[in-house]
Amino acid sequence: MSACPAYDCAVVGGGVMGCTTALWLARAGMRVVLLDRGSLCREASGVNAGTLTMQMTRAALIPYAMRGWELWRTTADWLGMDVGTRVLDGLSVAYTEAEVGMLEARASSRRAAGAPVELVDAARARDIEPGLGDGVRLAGFCPVDGFVVAYLTGRAYRGALLAAGATLQEGRAVTGIDPVDGGFALGTADGGRVEARRVVLAGGVWIQEMASWLGVRLPIQCLVNQLVVTERLPPVMRTILGVANGKLSLKQFDNGTVLVGGGWQGIGRGDPRDGGAEIVPENVIGNLQLAVHAVPRLRDARVLRVWLGYEAETADAMPVVGRLPGFDDAWVIGSVHSGYTSGPYIGRLLADAILERELERPLFDPGRLAGR
Amino acid sequence: MPDAIDLLVLGAGPAGAAAALAAAEHGARTVMVDEALAPGGQVYRAPPMDHRQLGQRALEPEHRDGEALRRRLQCSGVEVATRHRVWSLLPGFRVHAIGPAGHRAWVARAVVLATGTTERVVPFPGWTTPGVIGLAAATILLKSQGAVPGERVVVAGCGPLLAAVGAGLVKAGRAPVAVVDLAGRGEWLRALPAMAARPDLVRRGLGWLAALRRAGVPLLSGHGVVAVEGDTRVTAVRIAPVASDGTPRAERVARRLEADALVIGHGLVPATEATRLLEADHRFVADAGGWIPVLDDDCATSVAGLFAAGDGSGLAGAAAARLQGEIAGLAAARHLGQLDEGRYQHTVAPLRQGLARARRFGQAMARLTAPRPAMVGTIAADTVVCRCEDVTRAEIETAIASGAREMNQLKAWTRCGMGPCQGRMCAETAASLLARHVGGREAAGQWTARAPLRPLPLADMVGEFGYDDIPMPEPAPP
Repeated sequence: MSACPAYDCAVVGGGVMGCTTALWLARAGMRVVLLDRGSLCREASGVNAGTLTMQMTRAALIPYAMRGWELWRTTADWLGMDVGTRVLDGLSVAYTEAEVGMLEARASSRRAAGAPVELVDAARARDIEPGLGDGVRLAGFCPVDGFVVAYLTGRAYRGALLAAGATLQEGRAVTGIDPVDGGFALGTADGGRVEARRVVLAGGVWIQEMASWLGVRLPIQCLVNQLVVTERLPPVMRTILGVANGKLSLKQFDNGTVLVGGGWQGIGRGDPRDGGAEIVPENVIGNLQLAVHAVPRLRDARVLRVWLGYEAETADAMPVVGRLPGFDDAWVIGSVHSGYTSGPYIGRLLADAILERELERPLFDPGRLAGR
Repeated sequence: MPDAIDLLVLGAGPAGAAAALAAAEHGARTVMVDEALAPGGQVYRAPPMDHRQLGQRALEPEHRDGEALRRRLQCSGVEVATRHRVWSLLPGFRVHAIGPAGHRAWVARAVVLATGTTERVVPFPGWTTPGVIGLAAATILLKSQGAVPGERVVVAGCGPLLAAVGAGLVKAGRAPVAVVDLAGRGEWLRALPAMAARPDLVRRGLGWLAALRRAGVPLLSGHGVVAVEGDTRVTAVRIAPVASDGTPRAERVARRLEADALVIGHGLVPATEATRLLEADHRFVADAGGWIPVLDDDCATSVAGLFAAGDGSGLAGAAAARLQGEIAGLAAARHLGQLDEGRYQHTVAPLRQGLARARRFGQAMARLTAPRPAMVGTIAADTVVCRCEDVTRAEIETAIASGAREMNQLKAWTRCGMGPCQGRMCAETAASLLARHVGGREAAGQWTARAPLRPLPLADMVGEFGYDDIPMPEPAPP
């Protein structure tokens, strides 16, 4: 390696986490290169539901999600573009005895962690969401939910990163990383080599493979979430609506289309990270039944598209954010369950850690999950 | 539970029907699925019931051929599932459809895709005004309903459908205001040698032209539509002479034709949603209509057991589609082990010869029908390209200038192609605009195909159910 590598930091993976980290490093004056095998935010960050939710965020992540929510609300200020963020009332409803139990437990742990979640009866739930159908026994209400138009994030980050002086290498797949004197050498699929003093692994479900390049075993599960969108409809709902078991996430965008999610699974061809994945038609139908049960007027809509979004999950469903075990200058960030809400905040925290600034909140040590 | 079958044929037009008949004849348990009320596709579309029963008018040759085809299918072993919409198509060939009686699913050992085409209109100011309809759409209206799109109709665009629709309007008692053909007389003359392969069709074409002449309909060669006037309804169509590359000749004054409807088409585009959904290899061939699946001589795609035939695999016309469909059906039977190699080769040899002849004619027509290269470049900045989402050319150009480099990225940044037509109307124009900046159509790529293949009513998807019927997965982490 040359005495002075071209970059202070190479970020591998251009989703919300990698982009935010790269952005704050570049703004702090670091020479940053961001590499992605495709375009920015075209995997989980660009194709998943973009739901901002406290009720589906794990309790320990609530303080991070509250800060992330604030950042999403103000992207015009810090990202230079409005990504269509809307703040909406959030409702999580229970239809069965078991779901009432889940709802009470989830609401109390989140309230304890600082989220403004309160339990309301069916009549109040119907006031908050006139689109609701029958059968609601209890609902959790949180006034600080909302959504981001996920597919706009790539465009926003691209402009911000270029303005901050970061080097973007889209369409350039990294195939290996070697620790070298004074930093790291990244090999790319086009036979090239990029040298940087530090490296950040931000590859979402592919973090497991990236860590293995440096000899670290970091098991990451790959969920295959199915998403469904309808054609434009007159207003049929006004909240971010979920079911207490987490299997429904429903929202209507400004343009009238309704997005149906909730983590109903598609199926990988082998490991979906290598072989791709496909929809499970029965799960599309089940997810839609749940949506129609919650908001009966959806019955009149037409489905336009079904697609798949990968989601990374660790064994304890908590993030991996921090130093890669055994390395001072290799970092990892990702695997936040229902992590869209907290994403930009956690990205900024990691940038602070790399910049050796004092941290507002602790990171999530990858060491607890890693082996060699 | 899905029905286990040998062969599923998607599309009951000339290609699909021929494939289904050929495969069934060799013992393949065959289901042919189509969303229309009756088999026949666009060319052999069934006429309205009262016309058939009352014999109110002389039937066109396609009607007779169509009736013959429907009779043959009735006597065959093919199960014809009309009024069924295939919405999901998965490897191993798991096929999900919705029909009048609800969900149906099949597991097929082989699939023939004969999905036909989508009509192309290159945008111009006013193209989304009510009263503007497609040329192929107008033929459907005439054939299936005997209906006309307006009182004073301008017929414009390119290809043989111009004269066919013009003559159809004359016959329906609404002689068009004018027939406006992008092609100059020279282009038609250059196509003559290829047309000689089908004297019967040439005679019909001349018959259409004669009918137009008799009715005093002006035929304006080498002209294109510059704009449509009218806010909520077409009031006039402005036309101008065009150069052979499609650009309006600025030195010539535009003419204004008073009209209440414009029928316009710039050719057909192979419908590749299904081959893309199954991730078959594709290539871009402008003369074949655009992106087409890569096929070998046996109509086999790059996916084992998946075959494609007809205009959906490259424009060549109905006669070629029929022959290609038969080859695909036989090749599927061979793939299924129901036809041995020797008999297969013996049977397909004459079909291949006929196909080569039929293609010469069909491809010459496709060339005449193709949009001119410069047309996309002349689209005005404020003209809408994606009519479902109201995305203008300027918005597309801005996204390209801010770094969008391939079609899926362009879609995410602009919503172009995200509406109810699922990108069918705007894909060609958007891709042509992007191609100018990224080095060609191959570099611009294609939109990833998604289920459902057509927009689907949720009511049909979910059916009648109770909360306990929902196959609920494990709850999310606490």
